[in-house]
Amino acid sequence: MNDKDYNEERLHATALKVREHIVRMSTGGGCFTGASLSAVDMIVYLYAHFFNVNAANPYDNDRDYFFLSKGHDVPALYGTLAELGLIEKERLAKHLSLDDHIYWHPNTRIPGIEFHSGSLGHLPSVALGVAMDIKISGAKNKVVCILGDGELNEGTCWEALLVANAYALDNLFFVVDRNTFQANMRTEDLIPLEPLAQKFEAFGAAVKRINGHSYAELHDAFNTYPFKQGKVNIVIADTIRGKGLPSIEERADRWFCNFSGEEVAQLLLELHGNANTHLTSETLVVR
Amino acid sequence: MTYEELLTETALADKRVIVMTAENRALVRNLPGILGNRFIDTGITEQTMIGAAAGLALRDRTPIVHALASFLTMRAFEFVRTDVGIASLPVKMSGFIPGFLSDANGPTHQAIEDISIMRGIPNMTVFAPADEDDLVKMLPEIWDSADPAYTRINTRQTDYVHVPFELGKSEVICTGTDVTILTYGLLFEQALIATDLLKKEGLSVGLVNMRSLKPVDEQAILQAAESKLVVTIEDHFLTGGLYSIIAEVLLEHQKTANVLPFALKDRWFKPALLPDVLQHEGFTGKQIAEHILGYQTKYIQPEILKPNFAE
Repeated sequence: MNDKDYNEERLHATALKVREHIVRMSTGGGCFTGASLSAVDMIVYLYAHFFNVNAANPYDNDRDYFFLSKGHDVPALYGTLAELGLIEKERLAKHLSLDDHIYWHPNTRIPGIEFHSGSLGHLPSVALGVAMDIKISGAKNKVVCILGDGELNEGTCWEALLVANAYALDNLFFVVDRNTFQANMRTEDLIPLEPLAQKFEAFGAAVKRINGHSYAELHDAFNTYPFKQGKVNIVIADTIRGKGLPSIEERADRWFCNFSGEEVAQLLLELHGNANTHLTSETLVVR
Repeated sequence: MTYEELLTETALADKRVIVMTAENRALVRNLPGILGNRFIDTGITEQTMIGAAAGLALRDRTPIVHALASFLTMRAFEFVRTDVGIASLPVKMSGFIPGFLSDANGPTHQAIEDISIMRGIPNMTVFAPADEDDLVKMLPEIWDSADPAYTRINTRQTDYVHVPFELGKSEVICTGTDVTILTYGLLFEQALIATDLLKKEGLSVGLVNMRSLKPVDEQAILQAAESKLVVTIEDHFLTGGLYSIIAEVLLEHQKTANVLPFALKDRWFKPALLPDVLQHEGFTGKQIAEHILGYQTKYIQPEILKPNFAE
């Protein structure tokens, strides 16, 4: 997609629909609602303005590769793929059903999902391998991998960065969904990550830190690349867990949600500005 | 008594105990406040947690470590084998949502080779309780032993009241001459249903809750081999689990038996909510019994409760 298409209003409209999909999947077993809402805007932006992706042929040789290493964000990806037409919207109603393959972590039965994830700290290395081959083959595809901030606890993330730096993979982008929570805790209360940008820079990456809910900042960050010749590109996207639903925003206990039908109806209204949501279902502290 | 209550009681009574987790707090929610610096959360770092547990054990501590079963046994496998196994340190591993209990999480979270790989480590012991009552009856012995241990954590409620636990011993629920069912973990509940149904159809049926997979109760296996049919039921790959254990024991004793395994044959299971998983994969008590009988019955499968945990 090219710059002329940039239209914030349209991005907001798409993101709102994606958030509606997430809310509708947050019942009948539930999903990672709070976790995935923080990633909606970046995923919608990347598909609209950064990735070279062809909905008619998601496996085109010239496509950019997208890896969702933070598997808990997959409801945001399901919603985006449905809005893009890569999967039929009706399929989202089959969330957790035996009749489909739409469950709590990404899998390749969904067109547009390049690789399964769920075990944290795996896809930085897989993305690394893909980026290496793109360099070896002299191709131009970009490789983007979204990481959770809690996921950065896993040592393999840092191993992949060391190797990516050694191989000067400036076609590789890591985007950190920095919502400051991991499961039911604040990251800084458990295993502090800050100063994060300096850590990445010390590992040799070219780092940008932006508001992950601002399309203007996303657009500015991704407009030119590589960020620095021969350097791995990293965007730290500061985000808000539960973004879009004030009644669950920034809440440690709303990582995974399994709401009643009535609550889902209220939350759908809340997405459109109705602030009278009254959540009665048990808060789920799942891990 | 719950898992957390037992763990609290044990840790308060024995100052050597250190409770550790790789940011999996579902079962240790209140421990930080109670244990203070004897509670250690290493974040999402399964390998580092196991290495650190080995270090703590070197200093005569007994670390009881927590993570999702798949990441505890597989992500950290070489650390378990090399740091805990070679040194034979008393690190006690509690694997959360093993087997079918990972319901809709998908293959990344399916620990269905955990028994196989853990029992392959010299010095390691391996346990799989049938329900929460069984779990709290087994753990004191497991934690008290000097050996490294891996336990499939299962906090499901059933009505069954288990007998006291002895390391290396199974729990013989009943004996029979036509069919003997050997099982472990959450499928015990379905095996009980199947046993009941088979008895109603006139068969003489035995049922054994294996409990301890390493060391294994060889006598119970040899006894089961006396019945016309031995049935193994496990939420594990066919390779390396109970079916393999039975084959090894029978071969060692130069015996043979007619064995029908219920296990996952070289594939991961379909992710969905637990009751749907059991139905889809053919592991409900009714399905198991009817498979053994070779015909459909009029019996109604009792409701299968959904788990309380998502991940």
